[in-house]
Amino acid sequence: MSKANFLERRSVVSALLKGRKDAIVVGGLGASTYDIAAAGDHDLNFYLWGGMGGAVMIALGVALAQPALPVVVITGDGEMLMGMGSLATVGLQKPGNLTIIVLDNEVYGETGGQASHTGANTDLVGVAKACGIPDARSIATMAEIEAFAPSMQDVSAGPRFVSIKIDSANLERVLASRDGSFIVTRIRGALGFAPI
Amino acid sequence: MHTRNASSDEAADAIASWPEDIFSVLQRFDVRQVPYVPDAGHSQLIERVLGEPSMRAVPLTTEEEGIALLAGAWAGGQRGVLLMQSSGVGNCVNMFSLTQIFRFPFLTLVTMRGEWGEFNPWQVPMGSATAGVLELAGIKVLRASHGSEVREVVEAGAGQAYNACTPTAVLLSQRLIGAKVFTK
Repeated sequence: MSKANFLERRSVVSALLKGRKDAIVVGGLGASTYDIAAAGDHDLNFYLWGGMGGAVMIALGVALAQPALPVVVITGDGEMLMGMGSLATVGLQKPGNLTIIVLDNEVYGETGGQASHTGANTDLVGVAKACGIPDARSIATMAEIEAFAPSMQDVSAGPRFVSIKIDSANLERVLASRDGSFIVTRIRGALGFAPI
Repeated sequence: MHTRNASSDEAADAIASWPEDIFSVLQRFDVRQVPYVPDAGHSQLIERVLGEPSMRAVPLTTEEEGIALLAGAWAGGQRGVLLMQSSGVGNCVNMFSLTQIFRFPFLTLVTMRGEWGEFNPWQVPMGSATAGVLELAGIKVLRASHGSEVREVVEAGAGQAYNACTPTAVLLSQRLIGAKVFTK
């Protein structure tokens, strides 16, 4: 169910990515990938359409390989819950250039709006802190999001974890490329790596 | 049969040399990220990786994290290898999709349990299914059972994974690593 004071997801993602510069942006499967596509296609967008629970780990792999570039993963509460152990893995590696954003609508929106744990018993910010990510916070207003966004460019102060409560309205899908080989080859090309 | 606490010279030699062979192959192929869930059979290799500044050892909470990590590493320009034991293959099944979707150079080295003198029956079901699960997921399976063949099998696996982007698993037989000995 939609809660009146929860933010609108597309506005949130657009505000986060407005000044992204050379940030590599990973989108968790489902609506987060559509949100990133809606904010504008980009050579450094890493769209996911599957591999549920793997978004944070994919972002960690990129972040360790490219420590001078900001890496941002934007995913949903359901996808994050499935990969909760990856927060412990990130907390151990402490990549300074990684920002994890969870768009938390408290439901599995892609499958009919079934309730997730975050609306009842699970505090993902608390989980992130307990996993060794001290810079973990929840953000509730667009003004805070606009104030936070530039900090994602700082590649030495991460990892950061942000939970943003969003409303659960199902928006029109903005279909990103779903050709994984194309997506990865395009990112590699933008980073200066030739195809094999 | 070799055992992990064997004191014979033959077993000691075997334990000492083949993990070093694997390490040198990984170095030669410029492997940079090494995610792992520990296994006794990988312990010597893990120690070498932890002591090598050009490699990033990444301990995982579950093996499927390693598939995703290596997909990201490849997008970022680095090669990696996933170290796990056979039970971990079962934890990876859906995430194996990434190897076909991204067509990235996936290599995993799997120490086998549940075969060759196994003591613990709980290891047998997944150990028996390991090669089949990998093949069903579209991953080529190679196997090394003797210390003297480890280098060439891992070289072949790394070659086809990194040069031909052919997802490959090298199974390291329990016969090679030795059945774990349980004593009271």
